[in-house]
Amino acid sequence: MKSLRRYLDKIKPHFEKGGKLEKLESTFEAFESFMFVPDKVTTKGTHIRDANDMKRTMAIVVLAVVPTVLFGMWNVGYQHFMATGQEGTLFELFWLGFLKVFPIIVVSYVVGLGIEFAFAQYRGHEVNEGFLVSGILIPLILPVDTPLWMVAVATAFAVIIGKEVFGGTGMNILNPALTARAFLFFAYPSYMSGNAVWTHGMMNGEGIIDSYTGATPLAEAAAGKIDNLPSVIEMFFGTIPGSIGETSTLAILIGAAILLFTGMASARIMISTFIGGLVMGLLLNVFAVNPFMEIPAWHHLLLGGFAFGAVFMATDPVSAAQTPKGKIIYGFLIGLFAILIRVINPAYPEGVMLAILLMNVFAPLIDHYVIEGNIKKRLKRAKT
Amino acid sequence: MSAEKEPLFSGKNLKLLTEPLNDSNPITVQVLGVCSALAVTVKLKPAFVMALSVVVVMAVSNVVISLLRKTVPPRIRIIVQLVVIAAMVILVDQVLKAFLFDISKQLSVFVGLIITNCIIMGRLEAFALSNKPWQSFLDGIGNAAGYGVILLIVAFFRELLGSGTIWGYKVIPESVYDFGYENNGLMILPPMALIVVGAIIWIQRAKNKKLVESN
Repeated sequence: MKSLRRYLDKIKPHFEKGGKLEKLESTFEAFESFMFVPDKVTTKGTHIRDANDMKRTMAIVVLAVVPTVLFGMWNVGYQHFMATGQEGTLFELFWLGFLKVFPIIVVSYVVGLGIEFAFAQYRGHEVNEGFLVSGILIPLILPVDTPLWMVAVATAFAVIIGKEVFGGTGMNILNPALTARAFLFFAYPSYMSGNAVWTHGMMNGEGIIDSYTGATPLAEAAAGKIDNLPSVIEMFFGTIPGSIGETSTLAILIGAAILLFTGMASARIMISTFIGGLVMGLLLNVFAVNPFMEIPAWHHLLLGGFAFGAVFMATDPVSAAQTPKGKIIYGFLIGLFAILIRVINPAYPEGVMLAILLMNVFAPLIDHYVIEGNIKKRLKRAKT
Repeated sequence: MSAEKEPLFSGKNLKLLTEPLNDSNPITVQVLGVCSALAVTVKLKPAFVMALSVVVVMAVSNVVISLLRKTVPPRIRIIVQLVVIAAMVILVDQVLKAFLFDISKQLSVFVGLIITNCIIMGRLEAFALSNKPWQSFLDGIGNAAGYGVILLIVAFFRELLGSGTIWGYKVIPESVYDFGYENNGLMILPPMALIVVGAIIWIQRAKNKKLVESN
């Protein structure tokens, strides 16, 4: 460790202004603060500081995602072995999933960070840790057999159009990970929807046994085959087909506990999203005209990407609403729209992605009216 | 005629022709006529025909309004402009139907909607009503060309990436598809046209510092 520090100190002058490698300053800076604590201190003005910085925030979110990653890898193997009618040990299942999922994670990180470094270099900014979380979230919301070049294109699109155009980390209007997924969803629909994409090996159809359909519970429900829905236990533990990281509500709840305990994500958004989904589910129950609308409201919270979206996507501090009251409205409407799109619109079996992106766009408006309302209330109080 | 008669292509007149291509481009700088740029740019061929139609409509109606500029009462000038544009658009529409029926069918209502294209109305109001016919003619051609260039660039990328063809010919070889390449379905949808136009604006502003407002 010490020798690394000494080495960095030795080469540092080359990267400072006037050095022969000054163009690469932000790259050097990024590696230095990745290895050590950043040595920047605020020089002007009064600031309230705590021990938390962006590096720590991002690290904790990545830690919170780890349970879903590990479970997702196992589930990829499990679904594949089920589809081919084989038996496998725990390690065999996990290893197969690891071989499939790990390349997607690598591609997402390499492409995303590559673009971030290039932009930071070109603009003379510091490289920051913003992509560390998006880079792991993007693989988790994709089907396992997504071709790697599509992952690369979608990541590039999300980082450039979703983020860098607006000025980089902290300036984006839309959640970058969901932007990547929305891009793939509309650009290559045959790889992102249908029954065959969710299980590894089903796209080319070799060795798949006849009784295995690969349909996600939501696809079954949308087709009206309510009897085919898995049991609550299966939905909760996540042994069902789906995108890599979103099937297990249990793993997501562990992540949520980490986020809430460390104060990284807003409990207001998370809870109000779940309440919004529940309310819409109950409303649909009341006006039910088909079997899908009749399923118990709380089952909706376990199905599909709802829990994943509510815990990891809706709470993105940049694209969410900022005011306390605004956060509650924002979360509630996400839950409401997610279930509404899921059940009512036959073209989209799952509505969480679209609901969150829609509310991302409305978040500044919600904040505006919350602040206006507060100003009005205080003016009234001042007058009386 | 006085001795100070300008040559036909003096520097000032030439500027009328070239300025709309970059510094005051109707789409990327004035942000006019965007809706038709989104609608007709799925394929290169219809986009080219559309651009050509706008050039014709715009040049002729600019000249006509410029000739009428001293006789039109200001109060009813808008309706007079509309009549001129509408007459030209109907002419163009009929010609397309007669000679390019397939493309006319693809463009459908968007030829008729040239009437409502804000670029044409805007140039009539802003330029033709107060300038001589020749200058108005050049201004019309220049602005329509500025519009057409953007249309063609957008259509080029949308057709190449969305359908793998250019001008209807396959340019992406079959072997690339065998490797697992897929046409990008998003390129065919209108939102992507907006993003491509946005990207063009981004690149143009990065190159042309005159366009960047100070704030």
